[in-house]
Amino acid sequence: MKDWKKYILNEKVIISLISVLISLVVAAVVMLIIGKNPLVAYAALFYGAFGTKEAIIDNLMKTSPLILTGLAVGFGFRAGLFNIGANGQVIIGALLAAYMGTMVASYPFYLSIPLVMIAGMVGGALWAAIAGWLKAYRGAHEVITTIMLNYVATFIANYVVNGPFQAPGGVPKSPAIAYSAQFPNIMSVGATSLSTIIFVSLAAIVVIYVIIQKTTIGYEVKAVGFNPYAAEYGGISIGKNVVLAMAISGALAGLAGTTQVVGVYGRYFGALGGSMGFDGITIALIGQNDPIGIGLAAFLISSIRTGSNQMQIAGVPKDMVTIIQGIIIFLVATNRIIKTLKVRKRKEVVEV
Amino acid sequence: MNEWIQAIINVFTNPTFYKSTLTQSTPLILAALGGVFSETTGVVNIALEGIMLMGAFGGVMGSYFTGNPWYGLALGTFFGVAMAALHAWASIKYGADQIISGTALILLAQGITGFALVELFGQPGSTDLVRSIPLVDLGSFKQVPFVGVIFGNLSPFVYIAFASVAFGWILIYKTKLGLRMRSVGNNPEAADTLGVNVYNVRYFGVIMSGFFAALGGAYLSIGELGQFTTNMTNGRGFIALAAMIIGNWNPVGAMSASLLFGGATAFNNQLQSQSVLNLSTNTQYIFGMIPYIITLIVVGGLIGKSRAPSADGVPYIKE
Repeated sequence: MKDWKKYILNEKVIISLISVLISLVVAAVVMLIIGKNPLVAYAALFYGAFGTKEAIIDNLMKTSPLILTGLAVGFGFRAGLFNIGANGQVIIGALLAAYMGTMVASYPFYLSIPLVMIAGMVGGALWAAIAGWLKAYRGAHEVITTIMLNYVATFIANYVVNGPFQAPGGVPKSPAIAYSAQFPNIMSVGATSLSTIIFVSLAAIVVIYVIIQKTTIGYEVKAVGFNPYAAEYGGISIGKNVVLAMAISGALAGLAGTTQVVGVYGRYFGALGGSMGFDGITIALIGQNDPIGIGLAAFLISSIRTGSNQMQIAGVPKDMVTIIQGIIIFLVATNRIIKTLKVRKRKEVVEV
Repeated sequence: MNEWIQAIINVFTNPTFYKSTLTQSTPLILAALGGVFSETTGVVNIALEGIMLMGAFGGVMGSYFTGNPWYGLALGTFFGVAMAALHAWASIKYGADQIISGTALILLAQGITGFALVELFGQPGSTDLVRSIPLVDLGSFKQVPFVGVIFGNLSPFVYIAFASVAFGWILIYKTKLGLRMRSVGNNPEAADTLGVNVYNVRYFGVIMSGFFAALGGAYLSIGELGQFTTNMTNGRGFIALAAMIIGNWNPVGAMSASLLFGGATAFNNQLQSQSVLNLSTNTQYIFGMIPYIITLIVVGGLIGKSRAPSADGVPYIKE
């Protein structure tokens, strides 16, 4: 019981919660400045995220890939790597998954689904491993290389879905994947469906938790992240683990893209990546790189994103969500601001 | 094959390529110089991308409300300096993780510009057209073949960029303040012992980086066209960071690397438009990725040879 309390109420959790709270308050002040009632806007946001069955399903379906990109960025952080390129890995993973998906029409589902998922994860892993290799053996900072790889991935996707891997008509998209490679829906309300891909994300939380806590890979990656020189002195190869950590991180992002192909669109679809990668950064930071924390943070960010459409109808531009995320990240980065506030408070109490 | 050789010769013999190299490099030179200022004092500033975006938006906003693009430039640089000051405050006073703080500022810049775009101009995507900064018209010099076409009608930003590099180089390598900046970036403890105020010097470096990066951003919006579009910086802040690294954290080096990237982009754009090649519209995507791939290769290939200031990115906490 005491352990449980320690887990819930440690300093990191409190910093995350206060950061989220402050960001919402700052956003409210901005709304007041532009002459909007923040209570109305937040009520609209809440209704948009939880008000109807469709909204809840939509919210859960948005949470699902965000858990995966959050885990991707969080796993990178554990290894001391800032994978700002989850977006590119999502795109490359989704493209390979979609390509594999069109090849497996004659296979039963128990073969085609694993094949498609492996293709997507390998795609993301290899794409991220480029940045890992450049970091480990060429000394190139992963923030620059992963950003560049994001742009390259976007151009590659645009090229293939407007050319060699194009389905006719409307928005740029790939041909549909085989029926046997698609995940079934749990339920549908109107045009929105709850797909079984949500279980993939939940399983990933458990798998990453086990990898980090219980395996040699997790131990070595953490050691390199914590103090690379000490780790190397202890016989752990820095280079190998940097590449490996980036690959695992990329595989998670690639899986996020794959779930969109097999569970949502049934194909590669124009702007499938969206802002998932950047959302993953916010989520990993709010979740303090803890798999369970990341799951909860993904649900929070997804709720804000899902509700933002209703908020926009209430007169507050959707970009407010990006501002809120920026403030949260800023406060988590400068957590000493919040710690200072706490210390001052304690001092005041003593003085009284 | 022959038509490719013909197309490449066409590009290199056309003065437009050289003019385009200068205009493509200008925002990179300014932002990379900003990066040099910040990192010389030991603060990593990956927020250049966001600062440029704020500079670009401020430029259009000021020009829109006053009708005078120079006021726009002032507002844009003010926004950039404000963003940089926030980064400085977090990094220097609160010892924040500078990479994460920078990321936060990039998101903030995207959010604020997107939000203000809708609030002020009524629709997402792009602003109205506003007055841009007038070009420097060299009069009859324009008639001189070749060089007249290149230099006859350039934006003052191009001249400002090169002058800033000279200013930055002299400041960092030839003045007392520059010596302090370098010592704070390499060994803050020693500098502190010698009576240098580490925090103030770092504030100066980061705020100057905001000024220059915002100038580069303002060029994108009010330098030629007079319009802001969503996320118009398109990764240039990161390419500028790469230029700074390749240029070995030196203003002149950063300028040379920026010219390389600007030249690659100009070449790319000019080659695509060569009618002898008869390219399908889809190839624009292949061409589009080339500058980013070049950045990747150059960053991966050259880094071992360049060296960051020793205390770059390390918060300094006074005992």
